[in-house]
Amino acid sequence: MATEAKRNKIGWYFLIPITVLLAVFLLYPILYSIYLTFTSKRGLLVSFVGFANYTKLFKDPMFIKALGNTLKILLIQVPIMLILALVFAALLNSKHIKFKGFFRTCLFLPSVTSLIAYIILFKMLFDYNGMINDLLLSLGLVQDRIPWGQSPGPATFVLIIAMIWRWTGYNMIFYLSAMQNISGNLYEAAEIDGCSPTRSFFSITLPLLKPMILFTTVMSTIGTLQLFDEPMNLSAGGTTAALMGPDNCYLTLSVYIYNLCFHSVPKFGYAATVSYAILIIVAILTFLQFRFTEGEDKKLERKARRMK
Amino acid sequence: MKKVKNVARPGLIIAYILLIVSSFLSIFPFIWIVIGTTNTSGAIIRGSMRLGSELTNNFNKLFNQFNMAPALWNSAKIAIMTVFLSLLICSMAGYGFQMFKSKGKEKLYGVFLITMMVPFASLMIPLFQLVSVLNIINSPWSVILVSSASVFIVFFFRQSFVNYPTEILQAARVDGASEVQIFIRVFIPSMKSTYSAAAIYIFMTSWNNYLWPLIVLQTKDQQTTTLLISSMSSGYVPDYGVIMMGIALTTLPVVFFFFVFQKQFVKGMLGSVKQ
Repeated sequence: MATEAKRNKIGWYFLIPITVLLAVFLLYPILYSIYLTFTSKRGLLVSFVGFANYTKLFKDPMFIKALGNTLKILLIQVPIMLILALVFAALLNSKHIKFKGFFRTCLFLPSVTSLIAYIILFKMLFDYNGMINDLLLSLGLVQDRIPWGQSPGPATFVLIIAMIWRWTGYNMIFYLSAMQNISGNLYEAAEIDGCSPTRSFFSITLPLLKPMILFTTVMSTIGTLQLFDEPMNLSAGGTTAALMGPDNCYLTLSVYIYNLCFHSVPKFGYAATVSYAILIIVAILTFLQFRFTEGEDKKLERKARRMK
Repeated sequence: MKKVKNVARPGLIIAYILLIVSSFLSIFPFIWIVIGTTNTSGAIIRGSMRLGSELTNNFNKLFNQFNMAPALWNSAKIAIMTVFLSLLICSMAGYGFQMFKSKGKEKLYGVFLITMMVPFASLMIPLFQLVSVLNIINSPWSVILVSSASVFIVFFFRQSFVNYPTEILQAARVDGASEVQIFIRVFIPSMKSTYSAAAIYIFMTSWNNYLWPLIVLQTKDQQTTTLLISSMSSGYVPDYGVIMMGIALTTLPVVFFFFVFQKQFVKGMLGSVKQ
């Protein structure tokens, strides 16, 4: 039998391959891109520019546009999607509903499609001559066909609808698994006390689901801030386009970084700075979401500490 | 009690309507894909829901004019290699972290976890320069190596190993088996469902990968299916019949796998948050 020290050493051997690969393909790039944010390349000359790239962010109208677009999508899409996911999960967790397996499979199915495939499907559906306009016309909801791709409002709407279609079922699965871990006794007790299903959803399910809601919110926030495949493929012309959608409404932060690197003259230093702006925003939003959803007892605890 | 039930009835009807409508909206695009493969570009845009006669035509165009076969091969090659490499390396790491705990390893694990916050966009430029220097740009390896070492998968494995009964490993040690033998002969066979869940997740991620292959796979002969479909749809006169065929051939196999391995799929997706 191996001693404690020997066992410790054996354990390290199992970590060698991952550590080597991550050091080369993850840690090195992270550190190198931090260095890049302090440099600027003119021709072949790389110069150290201090925080100039960071101050440039606030004066760059394209960055502000990309940030605004990304935050707009985040603030509209994520809440709608998560609330829908919660509603579906609650329904599929209810004992009154039949054919749960069938509904669950249907609702989850969009999550297995590739991002490219579904976004191109939605591009076709929302074509000027496409199915959605036909439907709206035949239902008499509109007088004329809506040019979805011509103005920023409708164009952003298409992107948000598509993302809701793709990701709602995915998030629903997380809520459903969390709900199934809640003891049925709680609901029985509530029912005996005369609690309606709606009431017990708000008083039992929702509070116990807080950690999962936090998790999905954080994951969706990180995902949306990195949004790339969908806007890139919705804009006419794809990766070669000069304008990302009408009025650049599909210019998200990641698309902007891609364009800075691989369109015309590469601006690696500045592109790296934009990518760290994403990281900083992710960190701030994650922190706020943790603060916002933490339990009452923790809030009181912090208050008490401050009073001392 | 009776009152509650009466109140709940109209609610139940609304719930069913909501579920039926949403389920229909969720699966409708899949039906449309299948029908679309048989129609012309014009008929697809008009939203025709009738079967056409363009099936073989679309199929032939996709394979003869657009090189779908090499793209499928490239995607499959990259996905399968990534699955094998990633399963091996990441499960070894999860095993090392969980079964041989020590303070130093926890520190390393902490560093790994922090890197999950860093957006891929931050890595893009240095990685691009790195694969250029390593001279693997425009090769499948540039995609395989970069996506194989995944902190998320390590995390997934470690979480799944938490409840493993270590007595089994101890018994094998008493029998004189080496640590490598124990890992390969005892441990891996007993964790089959965890491995298959991870395999499905890794395969899906690789099969659908877009941004990184877009950057490093620059010539047509190295293109993956996602790159091919994306470039077909951004042309000036996209042929939607051919695109539909491409989408069908890349999406429907995954849907099929989903129905066969539904449990593992869901386990793979939930994986990390189960504990």
